[in-house]
Amino acid sequence: MGALQSLPGQAEYCDLTAKTGFSFEQIGVLRKRFKQLSHNEETLRRDHFNEIHDLTFNPIRAQIIEAFFDRRNFHEDGQGKVREIGFEEFVVVMSHFRPPSLHMTEEQREKIRKEKLRFLFNMHDTDNNGTITLEEYRHVVEELLSRSGTLEKETAKSIADAAMLEVASISVGHMEPDEFYEGITFEHFLKLLNGFEIESRMTIRF
Amino acid sequence: MAVLSPARRSSAPRLTGLLCLLFLIFFSHAFAGRDAASGKDRNSSGAIREDSHNQTNSTAHKKAFPVLSFEYEHVKRPFEISLWILLALLMKLGFHIIPTVSHIVPESCLLIFVGLLVGGIIKATGETPPVLDSKLFFLYLLPPIILDAGYFLPIRPFTENIGTILMFAVVGTLWNVFFIGGMMYAVCQIDAAKLGGVDLLSCLLFGSIISAVDPVSVLAVFEEIHINELLHIIVFGESLLNDAVTVVLYHLFKEFAHDKAMTVTGTVLGVISFFVVSLGGIMVGVIYGIVGAFTSRFTSHTRVIEPLFVFLYSYMAYLSAEVFHLSGIMSLIACGVIMRPYVEANISHKSYTTIKYFLKMWSSVSDTLIFIFLGVSTVAGPHAWNWIFVLFTVVFCLLSRVLGVIGLTAFINKFRIIKLTKKDQFIIAYGGLRGAIAFSLGFLLTEDENKDLFLTAIITVIFFTVFVQGMTIRPLVELLAVKRKKESKESINEEIHSQFLDHLLTGIEDVCGHYGHHHWKDKLNRFNKTYVKRWLIAGERSTEPQLISFYNKLELKQAMMLVESGSAAKLPAIVSSVSMQNSETKGLTRRRAIPTISKSREEEIRRVLRANLQKTRQRLRSYSRYDLVSEPYEDNMSEALFRKQRAMERRVSFNAGSKAYVLRFGQVHISDLSTNSVTILTLTDVLESNDIEYLFICSVLNKTWENMFLKRNKNNMFLISVLRVRDLTGLKVIWAKKNKQTDL
Repeated sequence: MGALQSLPGQAEYCDLTAKTGFSFEQIGVLRKRFKQLSHNEETLRRDHFNEIHDLTFNPIRAQIIEAFFDRRNFHEDGQGKVREIGFEEFVVVMSHFRPPSLHMTEEQREKIRKEKLRFLFNMHDTDNNGTITLEEYRHVVEELLSRSGTLEKETAKSIADAAMLEVASISVGHMEPDEFYEGITFEHFLKLLNGFEIESRMTIRF
Repeated sequence: MAVLSPARRSSAPRLTGLLCLLFLIFFSHAFAGRDAASGKDRNSSGAIREDSHNQTNSTAHKKAFPVLSFEYEHVKRPFEISLWILLALLMKLGFHIIPTVSHIVPESCLLIFVGLLVGGIIKATGETPPVLDSKLFFLYLLPPIILDAGYFLPIRPFTENIGTILMFAVVGTLWNVFFIGGMMYAVCQIDAAKLGGVDLLSCLLFGSIISAVDPVSVLAVFEEIHINELLHIIVFGESLLNDAVTVVLYHLFKEFAHDKAMTVTGTVLGVISFFVVSLGGIMVGVIYGIVGAFTSRFTSHTRVIEPLFVFLYSYMAYLSAEVFHLSGIMSLIACGVIMRPYVEANISHKSYTTIKYFLKMWSSVSDTLIFIFLGVSTVAGPHAWNWIFVLFTVVFCLLSRVLGVIGLTAFINKFRIIKLTKKDQFIIAYGGLRGAIAFSLGFLLTEDENKDLFLTAIITVIFFTVFVQGMTIRPLVELLAVKRKKESKESINEEIHSQFLDHLLTGIEDVCGHYGHHHWKDKLNRFNKTYVKRWLIAGERSTEPQLISFYNKLELKQAMMLVESGSAAKLPAIVSSVSMQNSETKGLTRRRAIPTISKSREEEIRRVLRANLQKTRQRLRSYSRYDLVSEPYEDNMSEALFRKQRAMERRVSFNAGSKAYVLRFGQVHISDLSTNSVTILTLTDVLESNDIEYLFICSVLNKTWENMFLKRNKNNMFLISVLRVRDLTGLKVIWAKKNKQTDL
């Protein structure tokens, strides 16, 4: 406990640990990283992220960066984007990748699953309207395949189309001739990735 | 020879199976007996032959030409081997015909039991039953099983849990060796046991033989219980990787026991030797793997021998490692793992199937033979039964396993993201089965007074683990409600999200700044893509991203499924999702108008469809290996063209009457050959109007010339349900037969 007295803003950290579930040490590490990324300023902006060298090879770089500035990831009812984020928001976004703890009840596990899937959903749903439309899904697949070089756009499109139809056939039983399947809603998304075990897959070591 | 009659219901096949079993046992015994007494026979038969020969020579015109003669000697060896293998396979067949037993008792137990029976019969007639020869085991029976396991090793869970696996394999085995060795030495000190002749080093040697978890037994038992991937890969991976430890300790203690002394330098050398053995083995495997992958790059003109390259390179890797006393198992695994992604990108689909089936076949035969021989050897071998020794061995084996697992898990869980629960620990501990490797190692011991004692104890432990633990693990798994293996349905959404998640996690790790698991995996992938793949994969496939290969494979699989399983008249029931452009200009009301077709038309359509389908099917079958028809799936060049064509055009066309119908992406082009005019219609038009006689739908997930059509009459073949996504129209086909509606 002695090491903690050197950390500034200890009361604020207690808040954060309660909110996000990180330990004191982990928050300390994140704080250091935050300072490093922001060059000791108080807030992070998009160009700070652009400086991270390792991210350049990542095909979904833009979406990852956007996820940090998306208010929906900060708390339940957020809307829209921000231009810069503070340390608290940084930690909150990171907390989506915490591993589930060993002893959890079923509903805690379910809650964590929903949170993580919500994060993914927000990454896909770029226009914020609550559904992933075909265009947005196509964009996702194109970005994924964008680094592979020689690729016809047709293939990416047909993969996205096939995926979309798969969702439609899973989620919707029977459609009237006038009905349209507007897009993947969050419930359909949950159903789609039901067997995916996301609570253990979407984690990194802190 | 007994021939199994075609399977009729109920008891007839069982009866025939049993009869056949008995027949075979007696037959084999007869031959085994024959060869054991071969000395006498050979001479006598030789004499007879010589006699007749002489006679023939001297009285050529007197003695008639032998129409039928009996000469067994020169086919003796292959005959016996084949007979044993046949016996083993018939046993296996027999068990699956008798369903009730195979549900309760795992196959390995039954096979050992049969081995005991056969051994007993052979012994009862006074001959010596064959023993499981160590050379036979290590050189011929073990490699196929290991190669099968290594080639199809699921890489992702293996690498994700590699730390855990190594801990169990190395530290766990070391703990087992020293605990069992030490405790057995303590037991030997008890005067009542009369085991004074067993010294510490011998005990440690014994410990090193008995400690290792055996991959053959683990595979045999775990395959049947279908537990979740994590536990399976931990126990199985441990059984594979502990080979290095076993090899080193076995040789080390053998040396020490021989010299009756343990030296410090010896121990240090032992530690060094461990690293040499394991890393050297892996390196040998990697070298052979790369050479094998490189060779497969050039096999596009000689498809028939492709599988052989895989088998031979792997076997050479194993043998080369054994030459240097390196770990052959690790070498084999490394070779298979390295070779597989590149070879699979290069070889034809048929070769892939061949490799898969041959590996499964060989490993199945090996596995069966091993267990039967274990049973026979038990009856055969000289035994020295000492109650205390054997009992305490079994007890300490169990105890050390449990303690080891608990201790190690407590340590490992500090580093794992997904911790191992108590249930997991129980299964890991309970799954520590011993098997034939321990027996063979014991058999290789030099003949001294302790060898029989050790062998008996080893066999008892093997029997205990395989019978007791093997039989009870299935009900225990169900009792404890351990997570089972989840059925993998290949869904393109999951694949997309798998990839997405990989990149996402790598990105987040980069933002966080520490180089974790994903970062290195990503770096390795990039290295692989830019440098290695270019050398080892032929043609354009080297640059194909994984998602696309997955997608193509999925399509190909569904296409082949469709073509192979149905004729035109009864097309199989699948959900065929079709993607077509919705012409947005027509915002008409959409009634589900399905055109009606006259009877004669229907017949014509059926005929044309059948012809088309048969053409496709003919292409898939090829008879002679000298003129393999160049099929779209096999020839690399035409496959690339084929793919391009599909991706670009996606057309289906055929002629009927004077009209040619071409289905392009979402549109039907009807060219009237007589008038040379072309009409273009969209799906919407077709659905709306009654003029179009039939519609051919080419499924997005199946890009061959499989045609289905809609029609409606009293006995509806199928209904169509329309799925409309904005900008996209799909058709979901639901099969309806008479009153039953099967919706897939």
